[in-house]
Amino acid sequence: MSEAQQPPDTPPTPPQGSDAGPRIGSDEWVARREDRVARSHGLTGQVERLVARVPQWALFIVFVVVVALIPVMTSDQYVLRVATDTMLWILLATGLNVAVGWAGLLDLGYIAFYGFAAYLFAELSSPHYGIHWPTWASVPTVIGATIILGFLLALPTRRLSGDYLAIVTLFFGQMFVTFTTQGRNWNWLGFGSSHDITGGPNGLTSVDPFRIFGHQLTQVQDYLWVALGGFVIVALVLTFANHSRTGRAWRSLRDDTLAAEVMSMPVNRLMLLAVAVGAGVAGLAGAINGAYYQGVFPTSFGFQTLITVYAMVILGGAGSLPGVVAGAVLINVLLEVLRSPDHSRWVFYFVLISFLVAKVRPWRALAAVVAGVAAFGLVVHAIVGAVWPRGTEGAISSGVFGFTTHGWLAVILRHWLVLPRNTYDVANYTIGNYALVTLIALVLALTVAQGVRRYVLLVPTIWLAAFVWETRLIEESSTTRPLLLGVILIVLMAVRPQGLFGTPRVEVV
Amino acid sequence: MADPILELRGVGKSFGGLRVIDQLDLDVLPHEIVSVIGPNGAGKTTLFNLISGLYGPDTGTIRFEQESIVGLAPHQITNRGIARTFQTLRLFLNMSVKENVIAATYGHTKATILESMLRLPRSRREERESAQFAEERLAFFGQRLMGYRWNQPAYSLSYANRRRLEIARATATRPKLLMLDEPAAGMNPVETHEITELIGQLRDEGGYTILVIEHDMHVVEGISDRVVALDHGVKVAEGTFEAVATDPRVVEAYLGTGTAERK
Repeated sequence: MSEAQQPPDTPPTPPQGSDAGPRIGSDEWVARREDRVARSHGLTGQVERLVARVPQWALFIVFVVVVALIPVMTSDQYVLRVATDTMLWILLATGLNVAVGWAGLLDLGYIAFYGFAAYLFAELSSPHYGIHWPTWASVPTVIGATIILGFLLALPTRRLSGDYLAIVTLFFGQMFVTFTTQGRNWNWLGFGSSHDITGGPNGLTSVDPFRIFGHQLTQVQDYLWVALGGFVIVALVLTFANHSRTGRAWRSLRDDTLAAEVMSMPVNRLMLLAVAVGAGVAGLAGAINGAYYQGVFPTSFGFQTLITVYAMVILGGAGSLPGVVAGAVLINVLLEVLRSPDHSRWVFYFVLISFLVAKVRPWRALAAVVAGVAAFGLVVHAIVGAVWPRGTEGAISSGVFGFTTHGWLAVILRHWLVLPRNTYDVANYTIGNYALVTLIALVLALTVAQGVRRYVLLVPTIWLAAFVWETRLIEESSTTRPLLLGVILIVLMAVRPQGLFGTPRVEVV
Repeated sequence: MADPILELRGVGKSFGGLRVIDQLDLDVLPHEIVSVIGPNGAGKTTLFNLISGLYGPDTGTIRFEQESIVGLAPHQITNRGIARTFQTLRLFLNMSVKENVIAATYGHTKATILESMLRLPRSRREERESAQFAEERLAFFGQRLMGYRWNQPAYSLSYANRRRLEIARATATRPKLLMLDEPAAGMNPVETHEITELIGQLRDEGGYTILVIEHDMHVVEGISDRVVALDHGVKVAEGTFEAVATDPRVVEAYLGTGTAERK
């Protein structure tokens, strides 16, 4: 074979160490060509290519226009509230993405910046101190102060990385919650009388709304537009920063801190900068938060908020702005949808069915499992109906306020599942509890079963999952919301570890 | 004789009780290629880490262009004009080939983050210049790192190309002194031959002074103006390749005590 026929740099013989995987010694992009061709034929491949063909700025414009028109399309206060909340989450997640996604710093104190900004805005514009700064002065002050706080908090942590950074920043976050909860009786190291700074557990209320050009912003949609405007500015500015020397340096130090330092980048200063820029975005979000809810409370800035915003960034794909937006929308809308049993039921069966479609292959096996599940349910229903008539007289839940037997899904479920009379009586909880324990045992058994046994075991597992869901879990929306969200996250992460819009990353080769 | 560009006097470094570098003197003249050889654990990479500022020396002085660089942060030393590659490749794996090189221009670009956020003229101009400069650096390697490879992530490159990319990235910091840590490690004979020629080109066309650690004696023979042999942190020999390679202390360092007498 002549030299010319070979790809330009495939080495004639693999160098030493080639047992470490296909990545050493061969040009991976060339080696994986087959993979890529195969993938681009599938449905997901087509969708991916379609999305890739639309330029990002076009997606951005479409998103902005659609959000801006929501108040025109509907006057439903509930929808507007959810939209505005989501927009605030997007803003918050965008800021977190700077430190976490771009610079790769696991900053768990981020939520303290958000809380600090909201509280500072409330102090500057509420009857608590009787200060009422105009919006044009208070918002920039809040953002500036939050950036400075970001610098100050990052200073002692700038030499830490990874787990250590996470622990220390988590401590800062917890310190903020403690401070705001206890801040009602503050006294300066014993000097002077005690002083109410934060309003304690009750927070600060009667915070002024924004006033722009003499208009009081009191409507929900006003804040949707304010948050959207803030997001547009933040997204543009951050995108420019990301495509500059600073953004490249952030990505460099995320990949290899030591190499970045040796390649002329002042790593410590860049870390401070990443935390401070993120804090600035949190500052803007916090100020909007204070004015929008017209009050600030310690519980809004706790651990749960932190976990939610992290989930958004990770689900969307850390490091990708469209990903962060998608993650925030998906999670916040899902959390809302899961509030009502009627909605969460659809989500539950959707997840169940997509799990089946994704995991059971080929389609013959899938058909067999589905038929098996249907038959299994009908048989159990018939047996229980004959032995214990009361056991099949129940109805499915449509929420705490009323039971219903309407709808085709409800009819199917009634004849397929076993729903005891007065399904949601405390007396029947025991059945559901036992069933839940059995279900967990079955799922564990599934993970070790192989081959045909796995499919056979899948049939009762699915039926039991539906049974537990309908008789027990659906009534406990405070438990099922995080539970179902967790399941969705796990499923999505299994399918796409890099997040919805993220690019797969290599850590060490 | 011209003034040395790099000058080490009495440099020492210990880790705990272990003396890794002991009373080391070393001069590197402008436009010279100096090879550092020695058995494993002789302190070669520690020497590089001391010069590039990753470690501070316990004793002695390190002067670059007649100015002390002891106590400077690694990025400041790089900005003075010393760049290096790593024995275990340390590329920014998830960034594209071109971005890897552009990233290393950080030290000689000036736009602040505010200028970048607002796309002010200086930021835009520097971006253009950096991209063009990076393309020139990559073009130095012929067709190896050109074309479609620019936009590929660095992790997709072959081993030899990663070594080339690391050298390209190091040169993008606009160094005067280039330190290469085992540039031919893990390469096959063809690639090793290429890298030997490349190091010569870097000096002749690029104008760099080069300090190189290498185990492959054919490479060392092919490129070196001068060879320095280390053993247990002590300089045991210095001079031309022929002189060092036949020096009894060097042979002893590689093969053990008594070998030289028996020969």
